[in-house]
Amino acid sequence: MTETKHTTEQQGAALETAKLGIWAFLATEVLLFGGLFTAYTVLRVGDPQMFHTEYLKLNRLFGAINTVVLITSSLTVALGIAAIREGKTGTLKRCLLLTILLAAAFLGIKYAEYAEHFARGELPRTNNFFSLYYMMTGLHAIHVFAGMAALATMLVMAGRGKFSAEEHTPVEITGLYWHFVDLVWIYLFPLLYLIG
Amino acid sequence: MTELAESHTTADRGYLTEKGFRSWAYTLDHKRIGVMYLFTTLLFFFVGGMFAMLLRLKLMTPGPGLISDHTYNVFFTLHGALMIFLFIIPAIPSALGNFFIPIMIGARDVAFPRLNIISYWIFVAGIIVTLASLSSPMDTGWTFYTPYSARTGAAVTTLSLGLFLVGMSSILTGINFIVTIHRLRAPGMTWNRLPLFIWGMYATSIIQVLATPVIGITFLLLAAERLFGIGFFDPAKGGDPLLFQHFFWFYSHPVVYVMILPAMGIISEVIPVFSRKPIFGYRAIASSSLAIAFIGFLVWGHHMFVSGMSSTASVIFSFLTFFVAVPTGIKVFNWIATMYRGSITFESPMLYALTFIFLFIAGGLTGPFLGALGTNVQLHDTYFVVAHFHYTMMGGTVMGFFAGLHYWFPKMSGRMASERLARVAWWFIFIGFNVTFFTMFILGLKGMPRRWAEYPPQYQDLHIVSTVGSWVLAIGVFIMFWNFAYNLFRGRPAPANPWRGLTLEWQTSSPPQTENFAEIPVVTDWPYGYGKKDDKGSRSKE
Ligand code: HEM
Ligand SMILES: [Cu+2]
Repeated sequence: MTETKHTTEQQGAALETAKLGIWAFLATEVLLFGGLFTAYTVLRVGDPQMFHTEYLKLNRLFGAINTVVLITSSLTVALGIAAIREGKTGTLKRCLLLTILLAAAFLGIKYAEYAEHFARGELPRTNNFFSLYYMMTGLHAIHVFAGMAALATMLVMAGRGKFSAEEHTPVEITGLYWHFVDLVWIYLFPLLYLIG
Repeated sequence: MTELAESHTTADRGYLTEKGFRSWAYTLDHKRIGVMYLFTTLLFFFVGGMFAMLLRLKLMTPGPGLISDHTYNVFFTLHGALMIFLFIIPAIPSALGNFFIPIMIGARDVAFPRLNIISYWIFVAGIIVTLASLSSPMDTGWTFYTPYSARTGAAVTTLSLGLFLVGMSSILTGINFIVTIHRLRAPGMTWNRLPLFIWGMYATSIIQVLATPVIGITFLLLAAERLFGIGFFDPAKGGDPLLFQHFFWFYSHPVVYVMILPAMGIISEVIPVFSRKPIFGYRAIASSSLAIAFIGFLVWGHHMFVSGMSSTASVIFSFLTFFVAVPTGIKVFNWIATMYRGSITFESPMLYALTFIFLFIAGGLTGPFLGALGTNVQLHDTYFVVAHFHYTMMGGTVMGFFAGLHYWFPKMSGRMASERLARVAWWFIFIGFNVTFFTMFILGLKGMPRRWAEYPPQYQDLHIVSTVGSWVLAIGVFIMFWNFAYNLFRGRPAPANPWRGLTLEWQTSSPPQTENFAEIPVVTDWPYGYGKKDDKGSRSKE
């Protein structure tokens, strides 16, 4: 197919189109997690006592650290996007790398947490609280992983000089997705760790 | 855009010019992707149809007969699941939608062509995983209710994951369509001039995007329930089996509109063209699609009246259910008003469109018997239900799909199909259909339960009638596809606009060139202005 020169106007239109796409996609993600939130509500109403005693077994410290880690990573993505809007590819690359490291830290802590529960015999089949805990945090972790893959792709593309102040739609889209992943955690953390 | 167009020469076979496996497998052209979906979904229509014939054959005798009870369970599950998930849900949106949405809004392609081909291959991957579950086939019915589905030895996990992938593909396609319709309309193509097929597809895409994730998470939970022994749906473990049914129907009720809205879109295109009259109530038809999409999300509970839901909830769901009938009624009224005093001709697309209206009304009118609380309890899980949903799904959606195939065959293939053969096929299909399924209404009223492999002998006569009907129907379908297959190669070349339509797909060559239009058209009027001006089917370009 013929390569056409991108005018600024076309780039703006491409970004709008891509944004509409990612917003629609995020709506589906909300509904995917929505199913789990519904299950949580229904099952909790069925047995509030059990949920209360079980939630005490979660490691609040790990949860809190992870919350800070993710919020920071949202900030680093945002800084990266701000940088590339001004054409600063170097800053973008550093920000992306930092975000990926933070995401890895998140998954590492999650792994330690899971290991702790497994050692104590708190498995997915233990009871509905732990089933939900593993399903919700597990699905979220998969999303973190997917986000990391997307961020890494952006880093490689940035390294190849694919982005500029005019042309960086994929970075913006990845950023939106990453914010969404953070946002889900912001709901999961209080729901699982803080509400008894 | 214009420079791009001028470098383009129209080859005689348009988008079909390029040959070879790779040119299809990696294509970004929405038309080719649409054609690939068409062949894939049709394959499962035939496989699902084979199972239907086997079921009917088995039911000719009341006793154990040909196949065991377990095999019967497997067969109706496969028949239902393949027809629903691999044929009727994807067929019109993914095949005809992919092919025609960009052309009808005057775009060169969908918004995300790469995502489009990825969705297709995700769909294929989903099919392969689904077929892998045949190692120990499902016997749960296509609704796979828990707790049975959580315990049976069949490969529920594999099937769940397969259907999860199929659903993901459908979500991505839906997103692609929504964005395409929002962003890529040709100059002058305002929302008020959007063809009604596009409106139908737009409403469908919204449902797909909002409902499919819920079945996705349900499948994941079901898989987890089996893999890790968790108990969300298992009362013995403090779970709630009703939760599964709520999830399932929150998706599956709206999805009946994913099945029917695209077909209604096709009917809204065909009726004005073959009546040569402006469509009556354009806005009402367009907005009723959105209304159906919206209300469709509120009525899922009517599938659960006998599941032990609270009676207040039942009454509310029953009440809301009747509301869906309103926008549907509006559409039917408008189609009939469009035909009134039109100069109607009965070419094959119109024949199927009228069949759609006729059978769909019959199916629709029997719906309220099921939607109403009292009679539902009586008719629940009898053949009345089987007849009802075959009238709406097959009499409705599949006839709409056939109408679309006949209507657009010349455009897609560049050849004309034989009208004479199409008519012969239609007679077989119409008669066969009614003999097969009308009989089932009577069976249901007489109390024949559904999903029974063996039955009391007093029902046998009617079952024999139904089975013979299914043969007539099958012959009709065979003739119809023979007509298409033969004329794909031998048919006389199709003109650009054989039916004198006014929508944009008729403004480009048959088959369309790779980028749809030599020059992006400028739209100056809505596409249903028959009789007023410019009735030759050519649109003035400015
Ligand atoms: C060739 C025409 C067809 C015939 C003769 C036929 C026949 C049947 C029969 C005998 C059953 C089993 C009834 C029972 O034991 O409960 C059945 C079930 C079903 N059919 Fe068809 N069918 C046909 C086409 C279709 C089509 C086109 C669709 C969908 C688009 C469809 C969807 C279903 C579904 C969803 C079920 C329910 C399966 C279940 O209970 O899990 N059928 N059909
Ligand atoms: Cu329903």
